[in-house]
Amino acid sequence: MRRIPWTVVVFIAGLAVPLLGSRFYTFVASDIVIVSLFAMSLNLLLGYTGLVSFGHAAYFGIGAYTCALLMKSANAPFLPSLLGAGLMAGAFALLFGFFCVRLTRIYFAMLTLAFAQIVWAICFKWNDVTGGEQGLPNVPYPDMAWMGALPILGQFRVGDHFYLSALSIVALCFAALRRIVDSPFGRVLTVIRDNPERAQFIGVNVRAYQLAAFVLAGFFAGISGGLFGIFNRGVFPDFAFWTKSAEPLIMTILGGMGSFWGPAVGAAAFIVLNQQITSFTEYWPLTMGTVLIVLLFVFPGGIAGTLMSLVARLRLRTKAEIPSADAPELVKPNA
Amino acid sequence: MLEVYGVSKRFDGFTAVDQVNFAIGRGEIAAVIGPNGAGKSTFFNLITGHLRPDAGRIVLKERDITGAPPHRICLMGMGRSFQRTNIFPKLTVFENVQAAFITHRRRGANFWGLSERLYRTETQALLASLGLTDKGDTLSGALSHGNQKQVELGIALACDPEILLLDEPTAGMSAAETRETIRLLERIAAERGLTLLFTEHDMEVVFSIAQKIAVLHQGRLIAEGSPEAVQQNADVRRVYLGERH
Repeated sequence: MRRIPWTVVVFIAGLAVPLLGSRFYTFVASDIVIVSLFAMSLNLLLGYTGLVSFGHAAYFGIGAYTCALLMKSANAPFLPSLLGAGLMAGAFALLFGFFCVRLTRIYFAMLTLAFAQIVWAICFKWNDVTGGEQGLPNVPYPDMAWMGALPILGQFRVGDHFYLSALSIVALCFAALRRIVDSPFGRVLTVIRDNPERAQFIGVNVRAYQLAAFVLAGFFAGISGGLFGIFNRGVFPDFAFWTKSAEPLIMTILGGMGSFWGPAVGAAAFIVLNQQITSFTEYWPLTMGTVLIVLLFVFPGGIAGTLMSLVARLRLRTKAEIPSADAPELVKPNA
Repeated sequence: MLEVYGVSKRFDGFTAVDQVNFAIGRGEIAAVIGPNGAGKSTFFNLITGHLRPDAGRIVLKERDITGAPPHRICLMGMGRSFQRTNIFPKLTVFENVQAAFITHRRRGANFWGLSERLYRTETQALLASLGLTDKGDTLSGALSHGNQKQVELGIALACDPEILLLDEPTAGMSAAETRETIRLLERIAAERGLTLLFTEHDMEVVFSIAQKIAVLHQGRLIAEGSPEAVQQNADVRRVYLGERH
């Protein structure tokens, strides 16, 4: 039996969302696609390098402001602005990360948080450039007129066009991330996650690799932020606030940091749950908290991790050669 | 191969290693022994760069490595295993050893190739020589203690060391596993012309393979020489061997 290429199936299903003709579905799908890149970028640190960052929103925010400023104030085209957003976020990740990787564990996490709060404060106060508390409203949609001239795409709205480009860009980023974690570099990151002390003594300059991972994670968070600013039609200081840093952490735990797609699954679950629960009750954070507690105790592998071990168990049962009690060991975390 | 000149290390006034001089030549097998707390592990950590000496010099292959970071010392041809088993528990046995090949041959900065395809034959061959071939796909964290020690040795050997430091290579092993490990070490050292420096509690192990023994006591080197000479040494008999009889 051949394996089903799930990533391709999901991508095609994603492309088909505008066909449903609903503004709401496109809106939710855009949100999921863009934010899942934010969560996946964090997992390069969390799940692969073993670094807990409490300040990932800094790079999301820097990317959002950079892209918005380039497009709004400098009238730069969309793709170069977005690339600029990633590069700017990566540059700041290099600067902040240089200091952060000198610390370990909780001290590392606290320093990332401190830098993120500095970024937030600057965004909040620097009225001339960032618009201060008011943020930067009316970030323009990129010019997608060429899409309107194409056969099927012509009937879609501007929001749909933007969704399709965001989906394609995020898909490219996911492909790049996959490539990175499967590379020798990615293997070194998992080695550091498992045992930094031993990693040094197979010739790994641990800090240099941690910094490289930090910069890459910052770059992809910046791309995600740039897209989100356009999607949101505005960029505001709370993009870099510490509560924003908690979101990808929650999504990653929800989806499972032990698997490559876990954070994206978590982002989808988080956003859909948010939509559904807020339509019933105003106690969304309470509900989310309860869901998280249950998940941490009952399914510590997250949604994706639990599904994967379930599939592995079923496969084993159909083979019926090895007792199913061994199944969980077959699921390797991020290797 | 390795020379240590007057190395000292103090922790908050307590002198863990006190002006130790030591040398080991290419291809030699030497043991560092001493009672608990004699400073053996600290001594190793000074040589491998995990700790910085307060005084003295360490020279590897005629190059001063005092204060150099561990990864650089490792790339210069020193391998080590740790007292407490120190492997990559969430990776498979194969990936543990393969990762060491990748990093030691400086391929780790490649972030666009596929790690899976690198050094497959080298890794298989090394696993075979350690008797781990059938364990290749097992998560290393799920292995028995003895097997994990073998994986750790595999990681150290994948770095193609010229000198290998082993901190208690048979700690926690059964008598049979210990004998097997000793045979394996002797064979590999002979095959590769390795210089071996190890610490060990088990005197049977020490006297069976060491050509040279250094005795540490309260951070100081109190004797050094052939196994016979050390065994006859009055100081050693008093402070160390004497305690056991």
